[in-house]
Amino acid sequence: MTSEEMSEKKATHKQEKLRLATIWLDGCSGCHMSFLDIDERLIELSELVEMVFSPLVDVKVFPEDVDITLVEGALGTEEDLHKLKKIRARTKTLVAFGDCAITANIPSMRNPFGVEETLKAVYLDKEALNLQIPVESVPPLLPRALPLHNCVKVDVFIPGCPPSADTIFFALSELIAGRTPNLMDKTRFGA
Amino acid sequence: MSPTTPLIKTFTIDGKPVSATEDETILDVARQNGIDIPTLCNLEGLTPTGQCRLCMVEIGGTNRMVPSCVAKPDEGMEIVTDSERLLKYRRMIVELLFSERNHICAVCVTNGHCELQAMAQRLGVDHIRYGYLHPRFRLDGSHPRYEVDHNRCILCGRCVRVCDEIEGAHTRDLRNRGIKTLVITDFDGRWGESATCTNCGKCVHVCPTGALAEKGKSVAEMAKQRHFLPYLVMRRKGLKK
Repeated sequence: MTSEEMSEKKATHKQEKLRLATIWLDGCSGCHMSFLDIDERLIELSELVEMVFSPLVDVKVFPEDVDITLVEGALGTEEDLHKLKKIRARTKTLVAFGDCAITANIPSMRNPFGVEETLKAVYLDKEALNLQIPVESVPPLLPRALPLHNCVKVDVFIPGCPPSADTIFFALSELIAGRTPNLMDKTRFGA
Repeated sequence: MSPTTPLIKTFTIDGKPVSATEDETILDVARQNGIDIPTLCNLEGLTPTGQCRLCMVEIGGTNRMVPSCVAKPDEGMEIVTDSERLLKYRRMIVELLFSERNHICAVCVTNGHCELQAMAQRLGVDHIRYGYLHPRFRLDGSHPRYEVDHNRCILCGRCVRVCDEIEGAHTRDLRNRGIKTLVITDFDGRWGESATCTNCGKCVHVCPTGALAEKGKSVAEMAKQRHFLPYLVMRRKGLKK
């Protein structure tokens, strides 16, 4: 969307802001940092969308009737899977946001070794006091870290580790304009 | 050759009239005419083997697809290099390559220089529909200058061919079959202990991904240098004449 189109949209649709949510699961928050890197364009964006849920806003419960949700991160735990199913049920357009959401990326590096061996390597095979594998108040790991689309329907994929701010802004602008963004000339796996 | 067979064959590629000599493949002729057929295992200077199947093209009047890097054209053929069906299969091939091993671009030495990564982008592969297999491989870092990471290998066989055909050492080969195929050093030994390897590094530089890399390179630092290959081939052809 051009800035003219955007201001036009602002003028005509002031009352009907789209409801945008973002969340990170098994990810590093890098995609969210890149989202913040769209800088002053965040203000343009805020005229068009209402941020109804995000690590960047103080809302505890994922709301109903969300138009667009950006999901960063792979599915690493049973909690991630539980959250994603709820998000899917409450979102019109679900976006796999970044390589972890699309390929399981870095979190999937544990997959060849399995949960038991991974936990042992991280928590027990070290020199430290009180070596133990944490079990209280932490969700159990899934047998493998998985891409989102292995478990729910994903509508749009934004590859990149992280996708650049320009890519994110373009993708969001297209989605707000009701179009499916074509991103392959802008980003790729590992970008 | 029957006396009626012409020495120059004329045919069309994507509707464009083109011609080929007896020893030219469909891919050769396409490239001469600025038609870019996607390839991965092919590399100018090495014997084409048709391993990756990305260069498949359609032949008008038949339902067959042929690998253009090894297929020779026939007189009057109508060849199509780009169609919905070809794109479907090419995407499928790239997705299967990604799903078979652990290609994690974000932490790869060849990130940004990788032919598999670039091919996914070119073909519009923005996710992999197949389940990842996540096999477990041992890395071989026994060589003082180079390393092998089978997680990133697509079994294109370029390293095997360059070592055999150009360097003349035949240190590398493939063992097993199908999905279990593995690039090996000598009789599946450690690279650092190879009796045949000349440490020339040609295999590292023809490798399309980060499977073969120089030691000490960090993420995205392993750009490959391939200018030596057509040069060597040209000089050797010159010497033979």
